[in-house]
Amino acid sequence: MATYRELLAQAKEDIDEVDAVRARELVESGDPVILDVREQDEWDEGHLVGAIHIPRGNLESRVEAAAPDRSRTVLVYCAAGNRSAFAAKTLQELGYDQPVSLAGGFTDWKRNGFPIDLSTGLEPQQRARYSRHLLIPEVGEAGQLKLLQSKVLLIGAGGLGSPASLYLAAAGVGRLGIVDADVVDESNLQRQIVHSTERLGDPKVESAKRTIEALNPDVDVVAYQERLTSENVDRILADGWDVIVDGADNFPTRYLVNDASVWHDIPVVHGSIYRFEGQVTVLKPGDGPCYRCLFPSPPPPELAPSCAEGGVLGVLPGIVGSLQASEALKLALGIGDPLIGRLLLFDALTTEFNEVAIRRDPQCPVCGEHPTITEYIDYVEFCAGTREPA
Amino acid sequence: MSVVRIPPTLRPDVGGARHVEADGATVRDLLDDLTSRFPSLRDQLVEDGDVAPFVNVYVEGEDVRTREGIDTEVRPGSTVILLPAMAGGGQ
Repeated sequence: MATYRELLAQAKEDIDEVDAVRARELVESGDPVILDVREQDEWDEGHLVGAIHIPRGNLESRVEAAAPDRSRTVLVYCAAGNRSAFAAKTLQELGYDQPVSLAGGFTDWKRNGFPIDLSTGLEPQQRARYSRHLLIPEVGEAGQLKLLQSKVLLIGAGGLGSPASLYLAAAGVGRLGIVDADVVDESNLQRQIVHSTERLGDPKVESAKRTIEALNPDVDVVAYQERLTSENVDRILADGWDVIVDGADNFPTRYLVNDASVWHDIPVVHGSIYRFEGQVTVLKPGDGPCYRCLFPSPPPPELAPSCAEGGVLGVLPGIVGSLQASEALKLALGIGDPLIGRLLLFDALTTEFNEVAIRRDPQCPVCGEHPTITEYIDYVEFCAGTREPA
Repeated sequence: MSVVRIPPTLRPDVGGARHVEADGATVRDLLDDLTSRFPSLRDQLVEDGDVAPFVNVYVEGEDVRTREGIDTEVRPGSTVILLPAMAGGGQ
């Protein structure tokens, strides 16, 4: 039977160790994976810049997802170089080609005055709340912190805005703006799940704010109890939003949101629904088409009845609004392939998803090469014949 | 013969069908065939001899406006999607 001291000596013999100076050269020239195997409280007090954090006890279960390329050098460190020696040995056994342990650990690195990252991480309560995000390599602590810093503006707290706002709030998006002038009506409750029977007659933005704050106190809700217009859109967008989730219910607002988003350079996650069918896309200025590239002009009223006129399956906005929330989270995190240049069509009756390609129109009057519309127009008149904005 | 997907707002014009078959080597011919059998569709799809600006026509997933417009070729067996803009947000 071996003692701890013997095991440690054996591990150190089997692996490669570097001192702090050599480790720094490696970091600056070799693009290694930097792996911190200390405990949470040690990590919170400072760590190497760009390091990933996997406590020693979770190493085997998490490292393959966090560092899938086994041919890359892995610089592993702890406080003084002992836990990292065992960790490097484990990495060898897992098939990593070049695990290297930092002898002297973080203590020695800091004593040399080398750069460290002191940014504060998540609070212990947040670590529990967002634990399922922290386990996903594409999100992790850095991603969760990014979400907590991000700001998403929802146009409408109705069918689409309900699930979108709930999931964005649950995910920990730090600030949610909600624009809606309506009050909660009995006919809303078949699908608008952010509201409730006891809120009948309350402003929708206030009702949504109460539900969201009860769900997640990390979220700061900014309520705009007004209809989005050419007069107030610049003021509202000036509050600084990373993403707009468009769940409006009328064409004048759709075109207004589009033009404003192009001029303010804010991506829009577009969703629309009717009866059993939904459409979702991401309109990112400069990176894909805008709404006017997609639909140069609004349809006559008989071609575009609203949900209030034609009806909608209650769960449909749940599906489409959740897809919008998913796209908004991806944009906020900068991960995956958002629905830019792609229009997703969903049919609940046949349970079919279809996708069509959408492209930028070089002749587009707003985002084209020679724009002819450069300031807000009378959107109600532009959509004349469609119903007044709600 | 191609399969044309009819959006919910246009289904009353084709007797409620979700898909109808139509013939034509170009989008123009195909829409002519469709609107000759369902005349009330014409004003909802065609404006000034072109695809109306409030409707998108996709042939095999591509918007015909980004190809040859109403003269875009339609190969036999293609899937054609008619897609008017929808504004509904479930308010």
